Parts: sequence; structure tokens; C-alpha cells
Amino acid sequence: MRDSRTHAFEHASRRTARPGSHANRLSRPNALAIHALLLAGSVLFLFPLVWMMSTALKPLDQTMLMPPRWFPAPIQWENFREAVNYVPFFAYARNTLTIALLGTLGTVISSSIVAYGFSRIEWKGRDPVFLVLLATMMVPFPVTMVPLYAVFRNLHWIGTFRPLWVPAWFGASAFNVFLLRQFFLTIPRDFDDAARMDGCSEFGIYRRVVLPLSRPTLAVVALFHFMYCWNDFLGPLIYLIDQDTFTLALGLQFFQSRQGGTPWNLLMAASTLVVAPVIVLFFFTQRTFIQGIAMSGLKG
Amino acid sequence: MREPNAYRRLSRKRVREAASGYLFIAPWAAGFLLFTLGPMMASAVLSFCRYDPSAVRGTLEWVGLSNYARMFSGDPLFWKSLSVTLRYSLISIPLQLSGGLALALLLNRHVRGIALYRTAFYLPMVLGGVAISLLWLWLFSPSQGLINIGLAKVFDFLGQDSAMAHLLAWPLQAVFGKADADSLLPGWISSERGALNSLILMSCWTLGGSMIINLAGLQAIPKTYYEAAEIDGAGRWTQFWRITIPLLSPTIFFNLVMGVIGSFQVFTQGLIMTAGGPNNSTCFYVLNTYRNAFEFFRMGYASALAWFLFVIILSLTLLVVRSSSLWVFYEAQRR
Repeated sequence: MRDSRTHAFEHASRRTARPGSHANRLSRPNALAIHALLLAGSVLFLFPLVWMMSTALKPLDQTMLMPPRWFPAPIQWENFREAVNYVPFFAYARNTLTIALLGTLGTVISSSIVAYGFSRIEWKGRDPVFLVLLATMMVPFPVTMVPLYAVFRNLHWIGTFRPLWVPAWFGASAFNVFLLRQFFLTIPRDFDDAARMDGCSEFGIYRRVVLPLSRPTLAVVALFHFMYCWNDFLGPLIYLIDQDTFTLALGLQFFQSRQGGTPWNLLMAASTLVVAPVIVLFFFTQRTFIQGIAMSGLKG
Repeated sequence: MREPNAYRRLSRKRVREAASGYLFIAPWAAGFLLFTLGPMMASAVLSFCRYDPSAVRGTLEWVGLSNYARMFSGDPLFWKSLSVTLRYSLISIPLQLSGGLALALLLNRHVRGIALYRTAFYLPMVLGGVAISLLWLWLFSPSQGLINIGLAKVFDFLGQDSAMAHLLAWPLQAVFGKADADSLLPGWISSERGALNSLILMSCWTLGGSMIINLAGLQAIPKTYYEAAEIDGAGRWTQFWRITIPLLSPTIFFNLVMGVIGSFQVFTQGLIMTAGGPNNSTCFYVLNTYRNAFEFFRMGYASALAWFLFVIILSLTLLVVRSSSLWVFYEAQRR
């Protein structure tokens, strides 16, 4: 069922009105009205971002001009250079990338292994245990935050990146395990049996049969986790101490709170730099991304 | 003789399969014990203790129920933060759900350029907390922000003392507070009345999430249902209430559960944009918990706060799940 749904979803843009279909009866003025509504909505949704970029390129005295100027003149590219120096942007970007890449690798590997154990192998008590895994999604981070802090403190991990990426290697994200399990369930069992006939071990089936078939879903999981790490704020806020270990999100907040009279153009330039990679990544992986979101909602 | 033998072989195969099953989920099991269950238990114990690891020798002493007693009777900030979070959830979740549904319905009319619109509406969802909080802080700034600069333009155009300007300013200021005593402009996050509502308004920027899921749900509804309804003479309105809503209810249900879990954990905006103020009007529950733990180092008390939050989220989720049989419609084919 789910497959046909995502399929239908994916082809939505191509599936223009079929003869006799429901939508075919959209009259022309109606279609225009819908377009106008959607267009107005999109402009409204995008305008904060446009404003951010526009502010980022202005000299400070232009940031609060009245009437507001949408296109800065002259365009002040130096803002970016200044912002990059003011917030040690590249150091923070390197920290963020280290955490995000280590965490993403761990998430993809561990959650696929765990999801395999929850979907392709029968064992007693599997479904109740899976329910426990699902229930962990409901546990708010604050519940575990204090003891986790104590645990990491005793390990002398506070101030290092480890609290931020090590848990990912233990299938810590129930949501990703869930997503992968749902996908693994749709792979025909005959493939396993054929591989088993050929003497493939359980791990071999996971490696050689299931993983190669699940690349799109693995990409979704990787993407989700990467974005999560890139945007995470509370984790770094709690675990990181020294300024030179900060992530972008934390560094940005630090930069802002340190400022008295905020130079909005620099702040927006720094924000633009933080947000830009995510926007680019989103544009390139949109299809995968949106499909993954849609998949998560249609568990039935 | 063959019967028991075959049985034994089968069970041995089962055992082997079970063993490999355990092996595969072992990473999660270890992580669950180390990073979830263990800390949960520890935090339950800590909630009955006074615990301050920042003190020179670190204090840990049993104080019985006094953290909980303090929560319910001695700490006004607990009640304040609870009501702030409840109000945020009660307004923001319905807004996001209905907005997301409305957008999905519009996009589902097979208009051209659906992919472009979808991207535009979804984009804010992928952008992260801090940069976005800073951006909205800038937009909401009462004296320099784009929103108030625009509004000031409108008021100038209407005439500062005209009835029209006052008619426009009144509802805005009723919801979003006053910039200052004799101004027509709203105060947004700088006013006690408007701060929380401004953050709720900002949360509507991310309704793309529920939109995408609703859209997928809508596109899975077989078109034949509508055709049959049309033949029977059902109008658009009837079709919406009798076909779309029932068949979409599992999707709405999913969005609702996710919305409850998410909105009770709002934190970043409160810390970065308003620092919980003005006058604690945006002191979200998790923000209050964080401060107790890591600013005042009352970690035992923070654990008690966190456990209470868990109980709230758990009971609300159970309530939604339990009530779902009343309003969520599952087709027979869908399990």
C-alpha cells in the first residue's frame, strides 16, 4: 500500500488532469484563483529568507532604511568576509561537519543493522521490543539530559564532540530505525532464501541483498541525520565548553549574545552562511527528502 | 520417530535465527540501556535528590519528595512555564494542522508548478533553529524590523490619526502587544502580551511539514471514490466531509501526535529570541528545565521537572491514541 502511495506522490507533478478525473473539472477562473493564492503564499513564505540575504549585503546604515530597500546598493560583499572573521566561521563549520559526518555514518550503519534485526529475522518478543523502540521517540530529551550529562562527565567527554556523535552509532534514533524497518519489510523474502541457498550468512544477506536495495531509504536517513546535526542547538549548548569547539549553531548564538548593539547586517551574513549549505543540499536532494517525509507519515 | 526429530531441527533453526536477531539489535539494545533507559532510571532517582555536580565535591543527597513539593507549591515559574507551553501548543498545533491541510488541499488540485510551490512552502522546515530564530528576531524588532517598518508605512499612508489606522492597529495590538505607550505599532516579541503570540505566528512558518504529509495522504485517496460520489450527486462540500476527511484521518492523527511531542519541547526560540521574557511570558517548560539544570545547577529539581514533562507527553499521546478509534478511520485493507 505504502509503495503505491509514495509512487503516486512522486508522480503528482506529472499526473496532470486525466480525462474524467476529479481535478479535470477545474474551471479556468478557479485555477487562476488557486494560482494567485499559492503564489501569494509562497512569496509570504520566502520573504523572510529574501530579507535575510538582502540585509546580509547591506552597509549597516542601510539596514533600517525607511522605506526598506530590497536590493542593497551598493552590494556589500565585505559583510561576509567580516562575518567570517568575526565568528570563526570555518573553524565552526569544520566542527559541525566532523560531528555531522561521524554521526551520520554511525546512524546509517547502526540503524540499518538494527532495522534488519527488527524486520528480516523472526525472533520471540520481536514486536513488543519494537514497540519499546517506538516508545523511546516519546521520551523528551530533558528527561535524560541531566543523567547523560553526569555520565559523559564521568567519562571526561564534556567539552569533546563525543557526546554528540557516539550515541548515533548505537541506533539511537528510533525514527530512522523505524523508517528503515518499514522499507525492509517491503523487500521480498525470496531474495533472502535464494542467498541463503547460496550459503550466505545473515550478515551477508544484510550486506549484499538488503543494503543495496535500500539505497534511497538509506539516503533519506543520512540526510535527516545530517540536517539534524547541522541544526542541533541544545546538544552542543550542553556538552561543548571551549569556544573553539563550538558548532555553527552554537557559535552563531554566542556571536549574537556577545553583541551589544547588534550589527544586523553581519549577523544576517553569518546566518545566511549557516543556512546556505542546507538550502543547497535541500534543492539537490529534494525528491529524496520529501519522499522520506511522506513515507514517515504513511505508516498505516 | 521422524516427527520429533523434524521438530527439533526446526526449533534449532529457530534458536539460531533468534540468536542472530538478538545480535542484529544488540547495538540498539546497548544504546537503549546506556543512553535512554539507564539515564531515565537515574533521572527518576535524581528527582528525589539534591544534586549539584558543579560544587567542589559535588553534592548528592536524598531529599525525598521535596523537589515535587516545590514544583507544585513553591515555584511560580513552574506553573508559568507550564501554562506558557500549554498555550503555545493549544494554539500552534491547530494552526499548523489546519494551515497544512488547507495548503495540501490547494496543491492537490493538480495545478501547474506544484513542485515549485511545494518547495517554497517546505523550505523553512529544513532550516535550523538558531539562524531562523535570529532572522525572526530581526524581522520582529519593534523599531527596526521589517514588519514594523512596513506597518508604519501603512499607517502613514492611512494617516496616523485616521479611524482606518486605528481600526487596523487595534486587533494587531490586542494580539501582539504595543511597541510603546502611544504607538500604533505592535510590540511583537518585546511586549509581554505579544511575545508568545509572536512565537506562535512564527511557528506557522513551518507548517510545510504537515502539508507534505497531508499531500501524500490526499494523493493516496482513490479518485474513483470521488467519481462515485459525484454520480450519486454529492457536492464538493459533502465529498470533503464524507470522503476526504475520513480517509485522511490517519494522516491528521500522525501529524497531531508529532505536533504534541514537538511543541512540548520548544526551546531554541525561547532562549535565543526572548530569553524567556519579557516577564517570563515565553519561559517555555524545557527552557525552565534547562535553566534549572545548567544555569542554577539544581539538577535534582530539573530531573523532577523533566519527569513531569514526560508524564504529560505520555498521557497526552495516550489520550490521542486512545481517542483515535473514535475519529480515525482505517480502511480494512490498511491493517
